[in-house]
Amino acid sequence: MSSIQTTHSTQSLIQLEQLCKSYSLQDVHGQTITTQVLYHINLAIHQGEFVAIMGHSGSGKSTLMNILGCLDTPTSGSYWLSGKNVAALSSNELAQIRNRNIGFVFQGFNLLKRMTALDNVATPLLYAGISRSRSRKQALEFLRHTGLEDFAMHQPNQLSGGQQQRVAISRALINHPSLILADEPTGNLDSQTSNDIMQLFEKLNRDQGITIVLVTHEDDIAAYAKRLIHLKDGHVTIDKNNTGVTALHETF
Amino acid sequence: MNLSAIFGEALRALRQNRLRTGLTMLGMIIGVAAVVLMLSIGQGARTKINETIAAMGSNLLLVVPGATSSGGFSFGSGSVRTLTINDANAIAELSSVRSTAPVTSGTVQLNYTTKNWNTLITGTTPEYFDVGNWAMESGTAFTESEVRSAARVVVLGSITAKSLFGDEEPVGKTVRITNRPFLVVGVLMAKGQSLTGRDQDDNVFVPISTSERQITGNQFPGSIRYMLVQGASAEEMDLAEIEITQLLRQRHRIPNGKDNDFTVRNLTAIADVATDAAKVMSIVLGAIASVSLLVGGIGIMNIMLVSVTERTREIGIRMAIGANQRAILTQFLLEAMMICIMGGLIGLLIGIGGAWLVSQVADMLIVITLGMIGLAFLFSSAVGIFFGFYPAQKAASLKPVDALRYE
Repeated sequence: MSSIQTTHSTQSLIQLEQLCKSYSLQDVHGQTITTQVLYHINLAIHQGEFVAIMGHSGSGKSTLMNILGCLDTPTSGSYWLSGKNVAALSSNELAQIRNRNIGFVFQGFNLLKRMTALDNVATPLLYAGISRSRSRKQALEFLRHTGLEDFAMHQPNQLSGGQQQRVAISRALINHPSLILADEPTGNLDSQTSNDIMQLFEKLNRDQGITIVLVTHEDDIAAYAKRLIHLKDGHVTIDKNNTGVTALHETF
Repeated sequence: MNLSAIFGEALRALRQNRLRTGLTMLGMIIGVAAVVLMLSIGQGARTKINETIAAMGSNLLLVVPGATSSGGFSFGSGSVRTLTINDANAIAELSSVRSTAPVTSGTVQLNYTTKNWNTLITGTTPEYFDVGNWAMESGTAFTESEVRSAARVVVLGSITAKSLFGDEEPVGKTVRITNRPFLVVGVLMAKGQSLTGRDQDDNVFVPISTSERQITGNQFPGSIRYMLVQGASAEEMDLAEIEITQLLRQRHRIPNGKDNDFTVRNLTAIADVATDAAKVMSIVLGAIASVSLLVGGIGIMNIMLVSVTERTREIGIRMAIGANQRAILTQFLLEAMMICIMGGLIGLLIGIGGAWLVSQVADMLIVITLGMIGLAFLFSSAVGIFFGFYPAQKAASLKPVDALRYE
């Protein structure tokens, strides 16, 4: 058993084995209805990859994303993250992983309302136990990198969608995570802004070697990724490299 | 996340919802103000009663004549004159008794220059001032020899002195009582009302012999209106009561089976009843006020539950970016506690202000102790923790994925 564990840690950042997820609901008659969303997923994602998970709504891609982000737990099977069995971790350890190792970018940005962009970016640092003043200083640095320095004291509702998503990306990056999980990050943005955001992801992946896992149903967004995984009704149907499309994009 | 950061987050959340925070706090403010006000009124009443009791003198027995019956017809106490000065002297000899003070009384007209004043006159012995715990404002009490010689000396109560002399010093002056000159030898310190509400400062005191022979006169020479007896100690009060009763029955030659022609009352017992009543009053007032604190606490719990539901998504986001359960729990608990403690402090100020107002308007003694302030503070924090914990726990135990998905 221990030999398997060491193999995991050396091989891949994310390793899913026979991962299943089902939801149980009570219908109006009080009877339990079980809906299976993910069926026996086997998947390995290595450090530094840029992966797009594609599929129609209901394909289970968001559920998979939540499990990858340690926001949800699988019904069966195992999930190894950096060689650690996620199922064996306490809620505190999971919170720490979400804080230090994973950065989230959501479709709806999910910034904290009535809080400045600066404080939004600084919050993960606060949860990491860093003082408010140091957190803010560091957050300002990150906002400067994404070109939002002038908007540091703006609240989310005073920012455009693209700006909000940049703030969210700054927040995701602030603890130097090894993994960015982006759930339809361009879903609420126009195509120009979408491309800007995707180029930002591409740059982070290329320059800093950050692993990026992206959920999308748009082909032109998925085109930025180096690897495409298609989900259909809870099964992985396609898992291929994306070299051709990337080449196409580079001529763009 | 360290505590000061969580504190900042909690403060921010409270400031975002000023009106709601204020209204929730109001419940706490009213609760704490009511508790402080009621406790201070209760404490004031107790202090007042204790002062009155202390002023009355300790270990006191009151012996009044009467309660005789004639041919099956009962008379009330004090209706006949069966007690004498000699009875008082005999009782003073008992081992369980420290001293006695016989008293006769009447009403007289006093004159000083052009002023005159109608007041109570008490004829007694020097022991009276000691037994009744009277202090002298100026001068001295009359002496044993002045009693023996029926000297024309008088001790004035503070109100009487003020009425006749104003700012003038009365000691050494001569007042006229029923047209006889009396030398003022002393003025008493003010004592206020007695437990029964009688003003104790509007009166004059003369030697009992002088009163009997020269002022009120006496149908039955040597008889007295009542006597004050001071027991040797608090423990021996019951013994003193028994010994006095036996001695007086013997002296009055009352055969077995016949009723006493006097009554012995334990004033300490009366004082105890008053103290107990005040204590019960404080407890009842405090309990009633506590109910409003409880209602305030429930209001806080209610609002915190609404707040948790409303901010489910925020909780989800915080969890996604690394908040653990303890951080979420602490944040919501701190919010509840801050409402309570701030409300408690404001309530405390209003309570103290209210108590002051009551003391001004109703002329009541109001006592605010540091303990009460501490209690109010402790109580409001406890309410915050108690009623804030469940909503905070509810927030902390949300599953991140469910909280994030919540619309």
